[in-house]
Amino acid sequence: VNAEKSAPRRAGRGKVELDERLKAYKGVWVFVEHERGQVHPVSWELLGEGRKLADKLGVTLSGVVLAAPGADARRFCAEAFYHGADTCYLMEDPVLAGYRNQPFTKGLTDLVNAYQPEILLLGATTQGRDLAGSVATTLKTGLTADCTDLTIDMENRSLAASRPTFGGSLLCTILTLNFRPQMATVRPRVMALPDRDTTRQGNIIEHPLGLIETDIVTKVLNYIPDDQQDKPQLPFADIIVSGGRGMKNAENFQLIWDLALVLGAEVGASRPVVQAGWVELDRQVGQSGKTVRPKLYIAAGISGAVQHRVGMEGSDVIIAINSDPNAPIFDFATYGIVGNAMTILPALTKAFQQQLAVAKMAS
Amino acid sequence: MHIVVCIKQVPDSAQIRVHPVTNTIMRQGVPAIVNPYDLFSLEEALRLKDLHGGRVTAITMGPPQAEAALRKCISFGADDAILVTDRAFAGADTLATSFALASAIGQIGQRHAVDLVFAGKQTIDGDTAQVGPGIAKRMNLQLLTYVSQVDSLDLATRRIQVQRRAEGGVEVLSTALPCLITMLEGTNEMRFATMDNMFRAARYPVQVWDRVAAGIEDVSKIGLKGSPTVVSKVFAPQARTERAEIIQTEGDEPRDLALTVVAKLFTQHPKLGETINRRAA
Repeated sequence: VNAEKSAPRRAGRGKVELDERLKAYKGVWVFVEHERGQVHPVSWELLGEGRKLADKLGVTLSGVVLAAPGADARRFCAEAFYHGADTCYLMEDPVLAGYRNQPFTKGLTDLVNAYQPEILLLGATTQGRDLAGSVATTLKTGLTADCTDLTIDMENRSLAASRPTFGGSLLCTILTLNFRPQMATVRPRVMALPDRDTTRQGNIIEHPLGLIETDIVTKVLNYIPDDQQDKPQLPFADIIVSGGRGMKNAENFQLIWDLALVLGAEVGASRPVVQAGWVELDRQVGQSGKTVRPKLYIAAGISGAVQHRVGMEGSDVIIAINSDPNAPIFDFATYGIVGNAMTILPALTKAFQQQLAVAKMAS
Repeated sequence: MHIVVCIKQVPDSAQIRVHPVTNTIMRQGVPAIVNPYDLFSLEEALRLKDLHGGRVTAITMGPPQAEAALRKCISFGADDAILVTDRAFAGADTLATSFALASAIGQIGQRHAVDLVFAGKQTIDGDTAQVGPGIAKRMNLQLLTYVSQVDSLDLATRRIQVQRRAEGGVEVLSTALPCLITMLEGTNEMRFATMDNMFRAARYPVQVWDRVAAGIEDVSKIGLKGSPTVVSKVFAPQARTERAEIIQTEGDEPRDLALTVVAKLFTQHPKLGETINRRAA
């Protein structure tokens, strides 16, 4: 949102008095995104984060489900309760089978106008971004994209949404002061998945859509599912070995693959590596690539600029290999090795091989 | 057929450097380029023009120097270029930006009806992906984001069929003109500028529109005033907890360093060790 600006402006830090009309906006909402009977996990991650915001504000947390009538819609609501929602706003209509911009924009906009939430969160996915931009423009309110941190500015009782700026080297915090709802999108895997508690229950509030198929201009003619086999699945990988510009050339990058093979890991890369064409786009980790939360992230020849960092700092353990002892990656890695990645990586591959051989014999 | 392509001039982020000591952006000497995502949309517009005839108009909102980005578009084959620039636009967020661009495209349409609007999927400096959808809503156009392929365009029935990237698959969508499309990256390759077009670009008189020419009367909807969001602070990220534990061994031989860190991993993080054993098994 604001990062569109060439020069960000600073708001006065003083308190902003909200318009009377806007004070009626209460509660935190999370849009529950689904496709082909599956809820996108980012919606549960957002409910986990939304729970914290709602508790801080002392308001209810709600899931918003727009779907075709049927068992799936009810199941999505139940799952939303399991993941922390107190209530669910449910809009069921046959035209909501499968995402389309026009009916979903109308549906979500109508719900917001009818029930007035103060915060509305969506996943920064192809569906969530398409919908969020449309809804925010229709409601004429503020929307902050791809946030990496959400908190409440208690002084103004407003959402403080932080995101990388300036090509990802600094972070900025964005407020939507005198507009409601305050909207934000967050990318998958940026927030942790909350525990699923199947004892939790909640109220379902139903609302009609009021559109018929002939009102809708865009038609879905076909859907071709991806062949998941061929695609790297970085966001849900347990172990990732990543290489950066410090690998110097495409040939050296093979050392990353060698280590990944031994560990059964996915291969990741920083932006310069993808731009140089050493690996495909699906492997890029960072603000303009994938966000990952593996148990182990090994970064070789990656300096650790903010643009990369926001995509991987949720990893449990980070091992960084870099020849520059002052590289920013050592500020947030768990273990650091200062040295030449081209000699350290093969040694690491061997060390893991040895360790694994020992473990195998022991079992 | 008349296609309008929205572009933005951005700093080449690949060449932005952070000062090693002060951790601030070194902006000096960073070249400005056409937002790379916009070029996939421009190329697709030019292809449709090759197939169906018509004109392509490039438009941008930005400071006066953004004219250079428009000339670049002319050199690739755009027919016309309009720079929307006014001090009143300064500080605009995505809501105010989409208002100004939608108004300007409305003005273009009054002279020569617009059938299709293209915008970049997102910019490399803002990364918001909001201005395209915003323009579509403001102009009441059908919105097709993340398009990987334009299958067909029928000017007689005024319908277009595209493939759209969705989570987990590709949707084949059909909609009516006029509509707004944002193209997915890597879906086409920008043509080379021809010598003729390069000369034309150099001589082309870029039209410069201020707020009034763009058809905007209400200044409360543009610039700072028209922007619901405010940046409250800009900051460098904090260290996670403490700096990394730097692994050191006598002589710092790669082999010793590697064995030390692997041993630490398995002893300090036994659950992670189990995961590694399981994955590698």
